[in-house]
Amino acid sequence: MPRALYIHWPFCLAKCPYCDFNSHVRAGIDHALWQEALLTDLRHEAQATGEEALDSIFFGGGTPSLMPPALVAALLAEAEKLWGFAPGIEITLEANPTSVEAANFEQLASAGVNRVSLGIQSLDADVLKFLGRQHSAGEGLEALATAQRHFERVSFDLIYARPGQSLAAWTDELGRALSFGTEHLSLYQLTIEPGTRFATDLRRGRLTELGEDEAADLFALTQEMTAAAGLAAYEISNHARPGAESRHNLTYWRYRDYAGIGPGAHGRRGGSATVRHKKPENWLRSIAEHGHGISETRRLGMREQAMESLLMGLRLAEGVDLAALSERFSLPIDAMIDADRLGVYEHLGLVERHRDRIKATSAAMPLLDGLLAELVSGELVEA
Amino acid sequence: MTDLSLIRNFSIIAHIDHGKSTLADRLIQFTGGLTDREMQEQVLDNMDIERERGITIKAQTVRLDYTAKDGKTYQLNLMDTPGHVDFAYEVSRSLAACEGALLVVDAAQGVEAQTLANVYQSIEHDHEIVPVINKIDLPAAEPEQVRAEIEDIIGLDASEAVLTSAKSGIGIEEVLEAVVAKIPPPQGERDSPLKASLVDSWYDPYLGVVILVRVLSGVLKKGQQIKFMQGGTEHLVDRVGCMRPKIEQLPELGPGEIGFITAQIKEVEQARVGDTITTVKGGAEKALPGYREPQAVVFCGLFPVDAADFEKLRESIGKLRLNDASFTYEMESSAALGFGFRAGFLGLLHLEIIQERLTREYDLDLITTAPSVVYRIHLTKSKNDDARTIELHNPADYPDPTRIDTIEEPWIKATIYTPDEYLGAILKLCQDRRGVQTNLTYVGGRAQVTYELPLNEVVFDFYDRLKSISRGYASFDYEQIGLRDGDLVKMNILVNNEPVDALSMIVHRGVAEARGRHMCERLKDLIPRHLFKIPIQAAIGGKVVARETISAMRKDVTAKCYGGDITRKKKLLEKQKKGKAKMREYGNVSIPQEAFIAALRMGEE
Ligand SMILES: Nc1nc2c(ncn2[C@@H]2O[C@H](COP(=O)(O)OP(=O)(O)OP(=O)(O)O)[C@@H](O)[C@H]2O)c(=O)[nH]1
Ligand SMILES: [Mg+2]
Repeated sequence: MPRALYIHWPFCLAKCPYCDFNSHVRAGIDHALWQEALLTDLRHEAQATGEEALDSIFFGGGTPSLMPPALVAALLAEAEKLWGFAPGIEITLEANPTSVEAANFEQLASAGVNRVSLGIQSLDADVLKFLGRQHSAGEGLEALATAQRHFERVSFDLIYARPGQSLAAWTDELGRALSFGTEHLSLYQLTIEPGTRFATDLRRGRLTELGEDEAADLFALTQEMTAAAGLAAYEISNHARPGAESRHNLTYWRYRDYAGIGPGAHGRRGGSATVRHKKPENWLRSIAEHGHGISETRRLGMREQAMESLLMGLRLAEGVDLAALSERFSLPIDAMIDADRLGVYEHLGLVERHRDRIKATSAAMPLLDGLLAELVSGELVEA
Repeated sequence: MTDLSLIRNFSIIAHIDHGKSTLADRLIQFTGGLTDREMQEQVLDNMDIERERGITIKAQTVRLDYTAKDGKTYQLNLMDTPGHVDFAYEVSRSLAACEGALLVVDAAQGVEAQTLANVYQSIEHDHEIVPVINKIDLPAAEPEQVRAEIEDIIGLDASEAVLTSAKSGIGIEEVLEAVVAKIPPPQGERDSPLKASLVDSWYDPYLGVVILVRVLSGVLKKGQQIKFMQGGTEHLVDRVGCMRPKIEQLPELGPGEIGFITAQIKEVEQARVGDTITTVKGGAEKALPGYREPQAVVFCGLFPVDAADFEKLRESIGKLRLNDASFTYEMESSAALGFGFRAGFLGLLHLEIIQERLTREYDLDLITTAPSVVYRIHLTKSKNDDARTIELHNPADYPDPTRIDTIEEPWIKATIYTPDEYLGAILKLCQDRRGVQTNLTYVGGRAQVTYELPLNEVVFDFYDRLKSISRGYASFDYEQIGLRDGDLVKMNILVNNEPVDALSMIVHRGVAEARGRHMCERLKDLIPRHLFKIPIQAAIGGKVVARETISAMRKDVTAKCYGGDITRKKKLLEKQKKGKAKMREYGNVSIPQEAFIAALRMGEE
């Protein structure tokens, strides 16, 4: 049963031009109402999932650093009451590095948050403007310092492979980022997602994506620099000092159960997938009418679960243990993975295999979408 | 019954576009066959594809009643024929049913390749030929010069050639008078046993199988029990009539008449063109000489884009053949393209038309493989097989090269007419295509050049090149002149070191490299990048003659996977898998169907 809990706070002050997450800009949010609603959703989930103690909690969004610390405290208290906390529980909150939000860090820490993930995105003023961020470069660094004072563990995000970005510029920016000694970094390549303002800009010719070769070079450079700094990738875009990995996110990638509450949150429990209403208003209505925000609960077949676990697991540097998956989903290995293809890509150096564990090599990571389509057996996908 | 002396049977023949069908319109109109309201341009071209392309594909027969200046009313049976060389077969059987022909020559274009080819056929039938110089309304018309050409080049007396403008209705009555005066009436005994030749047959959705006949002797009547002398089947005649061009039922068809019958025939196959029809009782003893069967000269594979459409394709090809017995087909299977058919055609236009009709009339998406010709391969004796000769229709069936003694390929004699200024480029084209020049003459600012060419060089993209280098001014005609030994080899296209059957071709060793390079370059653009680099090679046996490489993909999307929401990644994977299901695999390379279609599309540079 789930040992990981995800809580979604769907509001932002402004929508960033690259962001396609479930985030909404609303004036006058009724925090009392939202607190009650989230508590209701939480209770429903606890009832459905049993009582194993939680190992990790993650506040994502939207911008959860805009939540009043008291609201965070109330949710954590309720979660502890419902499930109990395992010793050393990891409680992460995503935060924007504005001075207003950094001012709350101390209170959030006393509410129980012990890890923050800062959306710094860039150390360069012009880029922050291009990315539509609310904070300045200086503010970002200050917030990082504040965070490192208040929380045991800190991570921050950067977005690279931006239009026109050169190897030299990224070498410099990433070098500076690594110099702060942060234990964890999420380094995402900019992708233009449908429905975002960048997608419109791209269509209208106001924005040109970085070329494939350039992006690939930047990716390779990133792997080199982070590894040299002791922060090798443990997932396509995530880097950590050994032992400093995000335990919560590992739950997704290792395909273990997780509960998700709040608008648009996804969950996996006992072979079922839960999806909650995305739009804040619809989710609130569902809470009022049904006592939970769930829009759909669907049983996943063994094949579909196997497919999902490959999809997630191969993002990890550690890869997946096919024998373990085979046992877990009662499927023969060759029903999950195309053995011929595996041989081909192993030969080409894109996949490594040690006994029953397979993993995508660092060269293959930026090609993972294509590689998955090659490796994952058709039987799983057609299912 | 009509007195034989009052019947005239004639074909209208010409080079393509010289105005045959338009002249037919005017003749129909003048004699009152159709009212002005029913009339439309080239009314006899009734197939959609004919109307769209503005060309005649199938010969059409129409009966006109014409009251001549001598006061007598004549029965005129007019046969409008196609001008394009691919459909020469339509012309030849029409001519066989007539006593004469109207030779239409465009007053601005003059005598062209197909003018000659058709007029010679007509002369072979001992026809009376009436020259008609058409389009005299055109500013560029030079009727006197054309009159001289007819006399010089063809050797016909053109002093009484009729000058017409079919478009504006000039000279129409003169044409009709000339037909009556010059074309001899048919002969034939009414009291002799029935002998009628089967000129054409087609499937009509209302009438079933319709047969066009020319009665030579005896009488054809409703209710008669008839038999096909070669086919051997017997049938009951249930309709007799003629086209005006609307269908009109008649009590009978007497000697010398052309008309149609229906006889509850189930299969068009039973009504073989060229057969002799007689009565079951008291029939004729000896059949008429049949027609020469048309020979398929160009072959290609036809495959459904969606493999699930194979049955539909089979059905549609069957139906289409009911209306066009001149193409052949047999089943074929290809690793790349699945199940389909290898079909034989009278020429490239014929191929194109059949392909287009299948696509449009039967709503099929088709892949057409590169056209090829028939090779004759002489095999040496092997351990368990005698020396023998085989005919190769499909490069996929190429035998073990160590057993090949010699290969023969079909050659043609091409006659090209062109304004002077394009001659240089045309000579170069012919030379590049292994042509051997046999003659070159000039007639009034235009050149006529004859070349002997291997047909496989012509089917590749010769027409298109000729058209483009002469801006459409050169005309082209050819006849087959038999087989010759050729230094021919099979060239394989290898993708990631694996041969792709659908792309292999038989080529002359001398052009193999160029052809191979062209194909490799094309595939390089058509095959999407993969996770590894892909060599594309053209090879003859073990020897690579051309090579391209598709570089490996370096980065796919690596979007963030957020908050345990896998939906988008899953959808992507499903989409990729679905896409792959539509591709063909060669050496771990997934080649999209579109790539095959584009690579095989003929005649594109
Ligand atoms: N100006 C002019 N144009 C004509 C005349 N007769 C025909 N045309 C035009 O020439 C073109 C070809 O006419 P068609 O009657 O289709 O020629 P065709 O000989 O039947 O052609 P195929 O059957 O394809 O060989 C059409 O655009 C006609 O309108 C004419 O007397 N004067
Ligand atoms: Mg015509």
